[in-house]
Amino acid sequence: MNITLLSLRVSGAAVLIGAFVGIPVGTLLGLKQFKGKRTIMRFVDVMLKSVVNTFMGLPPVVVGLVVYLLLTATGPLGWLRLLYTPTAMIITQLIMVVPIIIGVTISAVGSVERSIREKALSLGATEAQAAWLVLREARMGVLTSIIAAFGAAISEVGGIMITGGNIRWWTRTLTTAIVIETELGDFAMALTLGAILLSMAFIINLALTIVQLKGARR
Amino acid sequence: MPTVEVQNLFKEYSGRQVLKDITFSVQSGEFFVLVGPNGAGKTTLLRILDMLEEPTSGKVLFDGELVNYSTKEKTVLRRKSGMVFQQTILFNMSVSDNVAYPLKIRGESNIEQKVKTVLELVQLKGFERKNALTLSGGEAQRVALAQALVTEPELLLLDEPTANIDPRNISIIEEVLSSTNREKRTTIIMATHNMFQAENLAHRVALINNGEIEEIGKFQEIFGRPSKPVKNFTRFENVFSGQSTASTEDTSIIDIGDGVQIEAAFKKSGYVMIHVSPEDIILSTHPIVSSARNIFQGNITQILEMESAVKLKVKVRENKNFTVQITKKSFKEMQLSIGSRIFLAFKASSVQII
Repeated sequence: MNITLLSLRVSGAAVLIGAFVGIPVGTLLGLKQFKGKRTIMRFVDVMLKSVVNTFMGLPPVVVGLVVYLLLTATGPLGWLRLLYTPTAMIITQLIMVVPIIIGVTISAVGSVERSIREKALSLGATEAQAAWLVLREARMGVLTSIIAAFGAAISEVGGIMITGGNIRWWTRTLTTAIVIETELGDFAMALTLGAILLSMAFIINLALTIVQLKGARR
Repeated sequence: MPTVEVQNLFKEYSGRQVLKDITFSVQSGEFFVLVGPNGAGKTTLLRILDMLEEPTSGKVLFDGELVNYSTKEKTVLRRKSGMVFQQTILFNMSVSDNVAYPLKIRGESNIEQKVKTVLELVQLKGFERKNALTLSGGEAQRVALAQALVTEPELLLLDEPTANIDPRNISIIEEVLSSTNREKRTTIIMATHNMFQAENLAHRVALINNGEIEEIGKFQEIFGRPSKPVKNFTRFENVFSGQSTASTEDTSIIDIGDGVQIEAAFKKSGYVMIHVSPEDIILSTHPIVSSARNIFQGNITQILEMESAVKLKVKVRENKNFTVQITKKSFKEMQLSIGSRIFLAFKASSVQII
């Protein structure tokens, strides 16, 4: 049971922190295209967005490896003594989900008609108030970014395996447990865990989707 | 003291001149109307006045102060004005939240009461909780008007606020504009290509064409005084305006918008107002092959039976309404009803300039 909770805790924390970082950054980048007349700005914009899009497909194992090298006792951040802790796993997944949240937020914010922002400004909004309104109009797309990020995090295994170490009672999650049980040949156990993982993902997505549809229908 | 002054204003988009040497001033409390065909530059001018765009050169002064287009100043000035766009833009929230938005961003108090009052003014009481995106075009535009009015602006900018909506909503909006101008002394600058609106609402009119102001003055000074009977008769029927282009034969083609072009038996280029008498239009249920130069297809939207004749309103394309008068007998024989598809025909010589 506690592996289920750890899965939720690690992925939940990663997505939550990721949202705090990714949504503002995505909003800023998404709004950029409203301006950006100069060629240099355009170029920077395109490069930045291409990098974000590439990072959306970051292989978890590579992220895990890099975080491992940073946190390992001889690594630059070794003194933090975070390797093989849930915190290390959260960091790993955070690095994965932030680009997803940024990328999807950019397109959600970018797809809000530019006239919406103009209208807000015209009604007397400051730039910040107008940006907030655009984000509000893009809320369905932003929620999609959360759903996508959570889906990627909860099903991820390669990264947290490396940085968490898959230690029983401590850093073992549903996905890493499935790997172990499969290697041990306990397929019944592995399948059961898989079913738990799937139904959990389903319940959470169901909740998020209901919120999303409710917002869309109004 | 003039509220708004524009001096020698030019606007270019990638080398194309959209506005050329625009100069005018609008007094406090004045209802100033910009008339002119589509593409004349009315929208660009209003967007510059709302500081959504900056002029290429020239000056804009509000209350005698030169606008410098700093972000801070734009917000300060915009908080004293309100703008309604031709394309209705509302936020994905309830009607009352939409109307409350300009008050909230100003940090005002007593929001609920103000929203209630303005919604009553635009006759949308009872719509508070509806989502704004579910409204009809006319209702939505009234919400947009309420958003602009709820802060009691000193200056109201309107870009063809009634261009895409039905007559009932148009008259509600016109009434609100007129009373706001009269009672609150709100300065209004409105763009329209509806000549009746200009005549009925404006203190002064600027005729704008190809990015230039051709004339400024009272409506009658610019468009003359059509002889009384013609004017009364044509008050709302078959009067169109648009850009006329003289052709090589002794005719002109007048583009009245919505892709409708009328051929007339006169030679005149430039902006004209024309009239076609309802009795001069022939109706047919089938395509007409005839010598008439103007043939349009439309649908009947209104039937008005009078003592001796029947008047029909026929909608051509998006929004061009023709009134046709036929005898009771032919009305019966043709078995017409609302929605019937119908063909109109009239001669180029039936088109009169007014």
